[in-house]
Amino acid sequence: MQEFEYVAPANLEDAIRLMAEKGPRAKALAGGTDILIQLRGGRFQIDRLVDIKKIPELNELSFSEANGLTVGAAVECYRVYEDQTVQKLYPGLFDSASLIGGIQIQGRATVGGNLCNAAPSGDNIPSLIVQEAVAIVAGPNGRRNISVEDFCAGPGRNVLQEGELLVAIHIPTPKPNFGAHFLRFIPRNEMDIAIANSAVSVLLDDSKQHIVSARIAIGSVAPTPVFAREASALLTGKEANEASIEEAAEATKAAASPINDMRGTIDQRIHLVGVLTKRALRTAISRAREG
Amino acid sequence: MSEKIHVHTTINDTEVDFLAESRQSLLEIIRDTLGMTGTKEGCNDGNCGACTVNIDGRIVDSCCVLAVEAEGKNILTIEGVASPEGLHPLQQAFLEEAALQCGICTPGFIVAAKSLLEREPNADEARIRHWLAGNLCRCTGYDKIVRAVLKAGEVMNQGDGAGRATTAAGAGPTDQRDVYND
Ligand SMILES: Cc1cc2nc3c(=O)[nH]c(=O)nc-3n(C[C@H](O)[C@H](O)[C@H](O)COP(=O)(O)OP(=O)(O)OC[C@H]3O[C@@H](n4cnc5c(N)ncnc54)[C@H](O)[C@@H]3O)c2cc1C
Repeated sequence: MQEFEYVAPANLEDAIRLMAEKGPRAKALAGGTDILIQLRGGRFQIDRLVDIKKIPELNELSFSEANGLTVGAAVECYRVYEDQTVQKLYPGLFDSASLIGGIQIQGRATVGGNLCNAAPSGDNIPSLIVQEAVAIVAGPNGRRNISVEDFCAGPGRNVLQEGELLVAIHIPTPKPNFGAHFLRFIPRNEMDIAIANSAVSVLLDDSKQHIVSARIAIGSVAPTPVFAREASALLTGKEANEASIEEAAEATKAAASPINDMRGTIDQRIHLVGVLTKRALRTAISRAREG
Repeated sequence: MSEKIHVHTTINDTEVDFLAESRQSLLEIIRDTLGMTGTKEGCNDGNCGACTVNIDGRIVDSCCVLAVEAEGKNILTIEGVASPEGLHPLQQAFLEEAALQCGICTPGFIVAAKSLLEREPNADEARIRHWLAGNLCRCTGYDKIVRAVLKAGEVMNQGDGAGRATTAAGAGPTDQRDVYND
């Protein structure tokens, strides 16, 4: 692996300064399950790696009814899926965090790193989008909030500016009658990169027969994970039945613009994203009904 | 910039100091600097699990950890699995079930399976297969490995609580106390 300076600041201010000093030649290190492999593969050259795991604020995983869920940028997938609040209120995130890599990867990989790495296939990203997650970012010019659906800019690129760090991901408290689900298709049973994935969330009315609102986000079918806005809007006010599900899943396919590669073809990916969305919607609706 | 950093850590209950370049993986240091070659290098990119070690109670691929990140941590490698009294039930079961051929993947499987059985000594086949999905074997297939882990779980349920293979499977005390959960 190339040479670089390793620093592990104990507070955010130092981390931002250490990042800003080196501009594009500095990168953050969370669990390292993307970046260490990329560095070893010579994908880019850096002068400094800033380990963010010693910053207390970035290790926070907390929930309050008023503020929702806060997932610090250094919180590993296992902490997320072992958390009882996540299991209950953030079922889509639970689904995706528990299938990233294997147990070894989950012991290190963070949800924040998954987002910042901005892979088209990043499994947590669609789950975050459908639960209306917001990225809390801090940099030399202070803090700002970025909706997760606006965070990824292209394969492996995000909208962070030089010196900026992800501090935490914030997800609002879901309303009653809410349900979410995440599904992906991989050729193996475990440990593979998605050929397509889909996350959905639905909010039902009190009768639990009608959809008040829904969100659908898909991955591995475009340069970034995509919030399928039009398909999501189609479900507003609709009956929570097979016809509505079919219609939304069909419309979701239109939001996909995949490529052919060794993992799958354009046709296969578009087909899969429709099937996954349909199945995810069925489960999300039944989860919303179960309360 | 190849200046070395001093790292103080604990490996297999022994305090260890080493010097590492920031770019060196924990795997490199464990094998090449500390001479503990039980931990294997397979893919060097987090897929095969041959380099699995346990850090602060969580299994990780040591190829995907920088050695400098080990500062202040508590690490278990395969060398720390057996005790002076004998093999760990997992090691014994791997032998009895012939759950290895070339042996490169074995240390990773054992370190990974140990962390599962310590949490869930009654883990069933599906759970074991799921937990070990990050460990690849290219010789035996997985059936014998899974059988060995199931067997070790039984022994650990019946053992003396210290994780030692006090008896062969099935011949232990009938007392089913869950030694790892109390
Ligand atoms: C064997 C294996 C299997 C995998 N399986 C999956 C899978 O099933 N699904 C999936 O989606 N991914 C998978 N991955 C990819 C990877 O594990 C995930 O993307 C993981 O969540 C990355 O998190 P990390 O903490 O390891 O990130 P790191 O590698 O530490 O960082 C990733 C990127 O984000 C940047 N970054 C990290 N934290 C911050 C911050 N706070 N502020 C700004 N930038 C930051 C880093 O600079 C880097 O560019 C797998 C990887 C491996 C090796």
